[in-house]
Amino acid sequence: MADYFSTWLPEGWDWVGWLVAAVIQAILLLHVIAVGAVVFIWLERKVAGRIQDRLGPTRTGGKFGWLQTLADGIKLLGKEDLMPTDADSLLFKLAPYISLTASFAAFMALPFASDWVGVRLNIGLFFILAVLGLEVFGVILAGYGSGSKWSLFGGMRQAAQVVSYEVPLGICVVVPVMIAGTMDLVTIGDQQAGLFSNWLFFHDPFCMILFWVYFTCGIASVNRAPFDLAEAESELVAGFLTEYSGIRWSLFFMAEYGSMFLVSGLAAILFFGGWNGPIPIFFWVPEGNFPLETLANLVGLGNFMLKASIGVLVMMWVRWTLPRLRIDQVITMCLKYCVPIAAFCFVGSLIWTAAHLPFLNDVLPMQARADVREGWVQDIDDRMQRLEKRLATEAYELNSAVEGGPQQEAQVSDDIDAADRVAAKSTRAQEEAR
Amino acid sequence: MTNLPLLLSAAINWHTVFFYLVSFAACGFALAMVVSNNVVRMAFFLVISLAATSGLIFLTGAHFVGAMQLMIYVGGTVVLLIFGVMLTAQQAFISMKTKAGDWILALIVGGSLLALLTQIAFSVPAWRTSNYQAQLQAEVTAAEEEIIAAMAADNRTELTPEEEARLRPLLAKLKYGQPGLTSQVGLGLVGVRADQPELDSPGYAGYLLPFEIVSVHLLVVLIGAAYLARSKRSVSPTGEGGH
Repeated sequence: MADYFSTWLPEGWDWVGWLVAAVIQAILLLHVIAVGAVVFIWLERKVAGRIQDRLGPTRTGGKFGWLQTLADGIKLLGKEDLMPTDADSLLFKLAPYISLTASFAAFMALPFASDWVGVRLNIGLFFILAVLGLEVFGVILAGYGSGSKWSLFGGMRQAAQVVSYEVPLGICVVVPVMIAGTMDLVTIGDQQAGLFSNWLFFHDPFCMILFWVYFTCGIASVNRAPFDLAEAESELVAGFLTEYSGIRWSLFFMAEYGSMFLVSGLAAILFFGGWNGPIPIFFWVPEGNFPLETLANLVGLGNFMLKASIGVLVMMWVRWTLPRLRIDQVITMCLKYCVPIAAFCFVGSLIWTAAHLPFLNDVLPMQARADVREGWVQDIDDRMQRLEKRLATEAYELNSAVEGGPQQEAQVSDDIDAADRVAAKSTRAQEEAR
Repeated sequence: MTNLPLLLSAAINWHTVFFYLVSFAACGFALAMVVSNNVVRMAFFLVISLAATSGLIFLTGAHFVGAMQLMIYVGGTVVLLIFGVMLTAQQAFISMKTKAGDWILALIVGGSLLALLTQIAFSVPAWRTSNYQAQLQAEVTAAEEEIIAAMAADNRTELTPEEEARLRPLLAKLKYGQPGLTSQVGLGLVGVRADQPELDSPGYAGYLLPFEIVSVHLLVVLIGAAYLARSKRSVSPTGEGGH
């Protein structure tokens, strides 16, 4: 995008292009979280209503109560901003922003369509996991900074849960990386182009199991039911959120919905082909065709959003269906079930891949996948070709300048001769004058 | 005035701007951690300082090392530290007063380390300037001009493999920072200088032995910590010995 803007700008003003591109991308990403939260909060109420056999919001905004979130937002803005006297004011005020920032920063490396990504990192997946790990700070600081025992307990439980679920999550994520041979999320997604059987979910039976482990750990790491006992209403009032009110409270929830979308989006890229639909439209688009490629990317964006939203919907469905787990059940689930299953699937998938055993995914064009894997090198190749062309033309011009002229050279030597003669004449004249 | 855009683009070098921003954050919060009295706030300032340090590593282009720093130090170690603080900090320990003797000792140790590091940092010629990107651009331009001259001299329009091998890493560096940096660090640890292949004394410049000593040392520290943290209550037949 920055390159595109730079073409409109005069030489030396490239940085303006970069700045504009950065601002546009940041605003777009912010809207993914903000607008996403608005829609998902409304959806959550509707889903809860349907599952529990009631209607959900109907009054605000006419049909389906679609203005409900906006009304909620206005209500939250109007609420009094309370802070307990015992609270550590600095940490209390900072905690929601830390949660939100961690959630937001991870979106930076999340691709939304092929190469439509804020920062294309060679290690995008690892970066997202690392940044998601920071979200626990918001929880801990909120729990501690509130100066209340409910908050402290809630924060401790939540932190223990998030930290322990990072272990199986990390193991689950390694398998798609191993199959794809890269941590670049754009490349992992592009490798699954083609029929839906190319998605890594269908790579081998172990991957099919692994996805469910990943999704369970994802739900736990974003603190959703049935793993939300940290904010259990009955036992802990509302966990680490007890003392928060108004807009600060809603910032925590915005971070939660952002993380939900992030985890589902990551699942879509790692296991369900990301922006690739079930039918390979990307293959029919001729390479380098600007409007068609953008159109294909827009369809891809729609695919990705749909898949990630379905993930969020499933999370809501789970929340309103399953009862809350006790803390010992939560930790048992993680250490006794998720970690061993993930490790077993890791080894199984490893052997399956190494032995080239056939599965649904076998129809996939291996060469195409290998080509995409080298995408990073491809980019440098393109640059190299452009540079080579430029160097060649420059060298050609230089050559033709040299070749094009015996006459030129003669002219030059004539000029030198002439200058010499003039100089000699002038010296002679000077001597004569003396 | 015609050169104003060029001047501006030279002045607003985003790499440098971000370097100063992030490094000031790292140093500032490190200082705030030292000065602060509250244990939990100290841990929090440490988090920000370490995160800013990872930002510095990202700026050098070593993305993997940066993410590692974020994951291990910020997401792992400091979370444990905060846990420990939250579990153990009682009323008396929440705000800590540092004794004058501690201050003096810390200043001596920290000051000597700072002096040493400063000297080492400025002994590397490439680190004396902050204008890394411009230097890289100049390097690429110089290489290009040399190659154009060579091409014009030989009267050809294609690059030789050697020239290509020379330009390719430069381009990659220009676009992605230093892609091979992580592996270079790893190779450097075992004694292979990937940046100076002409140095034909493998093992001479390596840090494998110190690295191993440090890791064994860390292991000893871990075992010691586990020993110290174990349950102090020992069951004795006489009923004594328990605390």
